[in-house]
Amino acid sequence: MQTRKKYIFLTFLASWLLLFFFGGDQLHRFAFFSARKAEARRSWPRWTDQSLLKSFAEPEELQRDGDPPLLSPRERRAAWLSIYRSSRCRMETCFDLSRCERNGFKVFTYPQERGQPVSETYSKILSSIERSRYHTARPEEACLFILSIDTLDRDRLSGHYVRDVEEKIHSSPLWNGGRNHLIFNLYSGTWPSYGGELGFDPGHAILARASSDSRSFRPGFDVSIPLFPREHPQRGGDGGRLRRGSVPPKKKFLLVFKGKRYLTGIGSGTRNALHHIHNGKDIISLTTCKHGKDWEKHKDTRCDKDNVDYERFDYQELLHNSTFCIVPRGRRLGSFRFLEALQAACIPVLLSDGWELPFAEAIDWGKAAVVGSERLLLQIPSAVRCIHPERVLAFQQQTQFLWDAYFSSVDKIVHTTLEIIKDRLNPHRSRSRLLWNALPGGLLVLPEFSTHLGDFPFYYLHHGYSPSRKFTAFIRAVSQTDSLSQPILRLIQAVSGSQYCAQIVVLWSCEKPPPPSGKWPQSSVPLTIIQGRRKLSDRFFPFGAIQTDAVLSLDEDTTLSTSEVDFAFSVWLSFPERIVGFPTQSHFWDAERGRWGYTSKWTNELSMVLTAAAFYHRYYHSLFTEYLPAGLRELVDGLAACEDILMNVLVAAVTKLPPIKVTQRKQHKEGVARQAECGEGAAGTPSGPHPAPAGPGGTTAGGRRLSQRQDCLNQLANWFGYMPLVSSRLRLDPVLFKDQVSVLRKKYPSLEKP
Amino acid sequence: IMCASAKYNTRGPALIPRMKTKHRIYYITLFSIVLLGLIATGMFQFWPHSIESSSDWTVEKRSVHDVPVVKLPADSPIPERGDLSCRMHTCFDVYRCGFNPKNKIKVYIYSLKKYVDEYGTLVSNTISREYNELLTAISDSEFYTDDVNRACLFVPSIDVLNQNALRIKETAQALAQLSRWDRGTNHLLFNMLPGGPPDYNTALDVPRDRALLAGGGFSTWTYRQGYDVSIPVYSPLSAEVDLPERGPGPRRYFILSSQMGLHPEYRLELEALQAENGESVLVLDKCTNLSDGVPAVRKRCYKNQVFDYPQVLQESTFCVVLRGARLGQAVLSDVLQAGCVPVIIADSYILPFSEVLDWKRASVVIPEEKMPEMYSILQSIPQRQIEEMQRQARWFWEAYFRSMKAIALATLQIINDRIYPYAAISYEEWNDPPAVKWSSVSNPLFLPLIPPQSQGFTAVVLTYDRVESLFRVITEVSKVPSLSKLLVVWNNQNKNPPEDSLWPKIRVPLKVVRTAENKLSNRFFPYDEIETEAVLAIDDDIIMLTSDELQFGYEVWREFPDRLVGYPGRLHLWDHEMNKWKYESEWTNEVSMVLTGAAFYHKYFNYLYTYKMPGDIKNWVDAHMNCEDIAMNFLVANVTGKSVIKVTPRKKFKCPECTAIDGLSLDQTHMVERSECINKFASVFGTMPLKVVEHRADPVLYKDDFPEKLKSFPNIGSL
Repeated sequence: MQTRKKYIFLTFLASWLLLFFFGGDQLHRFAFFSARKAEARRSWPRWTDQSLLKSFAEPEELQRDGDPPLLSPRERRAAWLSIYRSSRCRMETCFDLSRCERNGFKVFTYPQERGQPVSETYSKILSSIERSRYHTARPEEACLFILSIDTLDRDRLSGHYVRDVEEKIHSSPLWNGGRNHLIFNLYSGTWPSYGGELGFDPGHAILARASSDSRSFRPGFDVSIPLFPREHPQRGGDGGRLRRGSVPPKKKFLLVFKGKRYLTGIGSGTRNALHHIHNGKDIISLTTCKHGKDWEKHKDTRCDKDNVDYERFDYQELLHNSTFCIVPRGRRLGSFRFLEALQAACIPVLLSDGWELPFAEAIDWGKAAVVGSERLLLQIPSAVRCIHPERVLAFQQQTQFLWDAYFSSVDKIVHTTLEIIKDRLNPHRSRSRLLWNALPGGLLVLPEFSTHLGDFPFYYLHHGYSPSRKFTAFIRAVSQTDSLSQPILRLIQAVSGSQYCAQIVVLWSCEKPPPPSGKWPQSSVPLTIIQGRRKLSDRFFPFGAIQTDAVLSLDEDTTLSTSEVDFAFSVWLSFPERIVGFPTQSHFWDAERGRWGYTSKWTNELSMVLTAAAFYHRYYHSLFTEYLPAGLRELVDGLAACEDILMNVLVAAVTKLPPIKVTQRKQHKEGVARQAECGEGAAGTPSGPHPAPAGPGGTTAGGRRLSQRQDCLNQLANWFGYMPLVSSRLRLDPVLFKDQVSVLRKKYPSLEKP
Repeated sequence: IMCASAKYNTRGPALIPRMKTKHRIYYITLFSIVLLGLIATGMFQFWPHSIESSSDWTVEKRSVHDVPVVKLPADSPIPERGDLSCRMHTCFDVYRCGFNPKNKIKVYIYSLKKYVDEYGTLVSNTISREYNELLTAISDSEFYTDDVNRACLFVPSIDVLNQNALRIKETAQALAQLSRWDRGTNHLLFNMLPGGPPDYNTALDVPRDRALLAGGGFSTWTYRQGYDVSIPVYSPLSAEVDLPERGPGPRRYFILSSQMGLHPEYRLELEALQAENGESVLVLDKCTNLSDGVPAVRKRCYKNQVFDYPQVLQESTFCVVLRGARLGQAVLSDVLQAGCVPVIIADSYILPFSEVLDWKRASVVIPEEKMPEMYSILQSIPQRQIEEMQRQARWFWEAYFRSMKAIALATLQIINDRIYPYAAISYEEWNDPPAVKWSSVSNPLFLPLIPPQSQGFTAVVLTYDRVESLFRVITEVSKVPSLSKLLVVWNNQNKNPPEDSLWPKIRVPLKVVRTAENKLSNRFFPYDEIETEAVLAIDDDIIMLTSDELQFGYEVWREFPDRLVGYPGRLHLWDHEMNKWKYESEWTNEVSMVLTGAAFYHKYFNYLYTYKMPGDIKNWVDAHMNCEDIAMNFLVANVTGKSVIKVTPRKKFKCPECTAIDGLSLDQTHMVERSECINKFASVFGTMPLKVVEHRADPVLYKDDFPEKLKSFPNIGSL
């Protein structure tokens, strides 16, 4: 037996060896048969006389470009107005730009009429507009009008369907054929065809609708919005669900779907096919037939088995444990799945042919979703398997960014819609696609400030820019004396001693006029004095005098040394999008009272840096003044406090990151007890500038101030809809800070003095 | 399919079959296989001739005049007019394109024919120089196939670039008789000059049914978004005139208008601008008094002054591109070539390749109504941005306007991206000029995300044979509250790791990974066992770090998860004498690297180190048994553009870089070697990515006069 085995094996080997020896060359040929054929393909001929061919147009013809047309440009534009209407509306023909030029981009919402049903969702949309900085109560200065009639649900069979919309609209004196109106719509059409019909004539109005079909969508005019549920939060909104970025993406499932399938009618084709890609391992695609009342009538052979499988998996579990999520069309093109997947960092795989994706005018969906084709469902598994792990990680992060920037609340969806329309009015003052698709997102980037990337704190790395290596010292003076106080003189001296200081700007916020220029100290850097109003929010006004990227914000009584300034600036250069400063405070959740607490005591954490001594980018002045609604600034001015909290909250909301504390310095003033209000904090701990209440029952000025700031913090958190502040547990010191090495070797020895 | 194959070949073939009594059958099969093989070999001896003979077809040497003539009967069918509602999912047959691993569509070109009507009159010029260039470019590209059955896209050789040069009805008939026409499905037509007098339609008037149109001069009403492709009008002048790139910066004129044949109404408005703003605005027109022989198209005049065209475009910052009878203008190409920022005044015009190009970065679009405000609008643009737009304009020309080849390939790529969206070219690749691509970084961990503390970190200890010291490190590290797992990478192949019972008992799982080879890169392998995002790389002799220091390091990493966060810091310096980089480990005021003898970093960088390290660095490090930490510092800095974070005060580390023996001479050679590494890596990366900073991270209350027991991290900096 053994020998026979060996014998056979040997023959086998020998014969194969022989075959390869003689036939190898031929086999080789055989293997490359197709490649050789490709080489020998027939390409486009190189004509012998190709140099003699005539050009497609004579140079003269190209440069003169035809005869002057019959209509003059003005006449042509006038003629357009009558030709390109309704389904062919464009901004040029259906929108009255002149309305927006007079008063800027102002939005007017029709007053609510009594007895008119308004759904919860629509009232959220209306209140988002009212919260917007563009809102106006005066129709005559408005550029854009929003109806008070609920047009969200235009499905005749729905309970929210509002009747006689057409009559109601036409009875309004402001309607004007729908010109400059914006109409929101989530559901249109009805069973069985679910076409786009609204049940009324929108005229020249812009439609902001979900489930837009690319064929009826008027590009550059309509806005596609996402379908969002009734319980979508008004503001703030939940963050994304991505907690970790791992490569390769370690999720349990590759691709999942769980949802209804329609047994008949529009949209059933795609959903009925989904079970084909289910493999029970890493691809889970489950459908149920249970849909509507009479599903059993249409029941097919798969239904019973499908329904059993369907119950075996939990939707939430699939959603949060899968890398890709199929988002197929429903009856309409858009579905709730889209936002759910986006939030869960499950990369949406869209199977919805002809869907004009939400905000596609601004958002580059190719970076966050896989746009599949309904017809090529069976290729989806291999296509997503082939996506590189790095790309998957980038996709996941982009879903989170987009969710947080544009979709997580009704406010964001509505404001994005408004900003997209606003960008069209002044194309030269609008956001490029890059700004929409990179952090922190289009809503936080004001094209009025600049259209150049290098002027913002966010894009330095993107384009290899760096912030200018100079700063402006911006001092707010409030003292009521005639002569300049000692602290401000010392401060000007210390700051102007820094090699990075380009200019000093003093904001004079007193009633008395500033001292004449002769009284100011002579320094090597130019000094500008601005007469300000006596408002606290003024200190963050985008004054034209501030020329550098970096601003060093100071109070007149701040004490800083030149080397502290130098060191802090060198740190800021590494973190130009954050606030970098000296004294800090922190917030915490006060579980007992169910509200946010605030403390300036020494703690192991920090979440705010006092703007009495801090570096930040000058763009934040613009954001503070132009992005925030006037109400918040009024709050600050009214309380005459907490402008620094608002600034910290704003920057944290933009960056999602904590501020940076530098050096040991805990207070910005010299001596604690200069003001009567300064009490003592916890025993043995020097208190900060706004110390904690002296004790129970002690209603000192300091205590009042603290509770004021605490209230302020809570009001801000309420307006933002969440608490944007982020805590940090570190501070940055010079590399050799307090190290056992000669002082002579240290660059910032003076920072070590206690 | 390509990427799935890796999954299957891991199984390996089953080798030796078990034989018992059926040997007879095996004999027979064996011999028949051998016999068949021999026969096949023999057959091939005769076959190849027929294969090779076809290669003679590759280059055809023929004249355009010799192409076959096709007569079109007067009653031959005419396609339907273009369907305005066509979109990829309704009018395009994707099944022809299929799934292919390269994600490239296949394009077929019909062979050239000469079409005549019943009376033998030509339907159009056979082919123009530009269309021939375009087809040649497609034929030479990766997209091309000569197999009509495998094609996804069909390009007719019927030249419709200029509508004025063809007869509409007959051209349509010629299209309809193409062998795969099928209502124009998956056919692509290129047209640059659409429409004709008097009303100049903005899309080709030739009835074309479902065919895709790559057209110059679409308006928003004729352009089918996501279906058609908007292309530039090619300017043949660019092939004749060489305008070298001019550096950005201020130019003589602020606004220039160079077009001839402008509508008088526009000209009046431009002249009003000129009158208002003086010499910074220049409005040129055609010259009336040129001597014979001077081509009118190469000259422009203002009063009696004569200017060379297109050279004059380089003298201006902004150049006006107004619509004429058509929306698309060849002058746009000239303007871009000159690095002049186009001011596009053509309402409803769909800019070339607008599906992928971000024109806001290279041009200013002004509504016709706002022409009088042009000057103030342009004045409001920051100078830095103007410079960038100038660069961007020139780059668009170089990449997408320069030649018919560039136009053809960009068009095909756009269609390709629609069919394989998951392999599409990104915004950055389309829009960033090479200089920006080079200097920009796209951080792979760009989302500002503070990982939850509960996740913890995995400590990875690389060890060879210092068991005693290793055990001490393990014991020390295991005291850190956030440690979630400990991984020992046993890099010694000659010795087995100690028995299980000898290892220290710790509260978290401890895993030992044995490596196949003693390589430094084993320390940075993305082991499946690492389940946390945070990795602490620690040498087997780093026993001096306190638990507070390590825990604090982890907290700092959470705030900077895309950086290297480490303890011993190092610096690179430029040695002016030697003209090269130098490594510095002295007490300096700056840091640019942290040693990975004790450093936290994101696991993603393990993946990058193992699979994406540029050049031969990885092998070089393994061969030299040194500098893996410097390589990691380079890698992270290069991909994120950010500096390292050094945490906590300096400690006396037991010369963490030297392996065994201390000593001055060894120390010096060590420094020389490390300097060599920096120079080597800088040359491979082509730049010096390391960032120098002056700060380190300490706990908020470090060295503060505050009760130690209330501090989160009291034990920092003890020796």
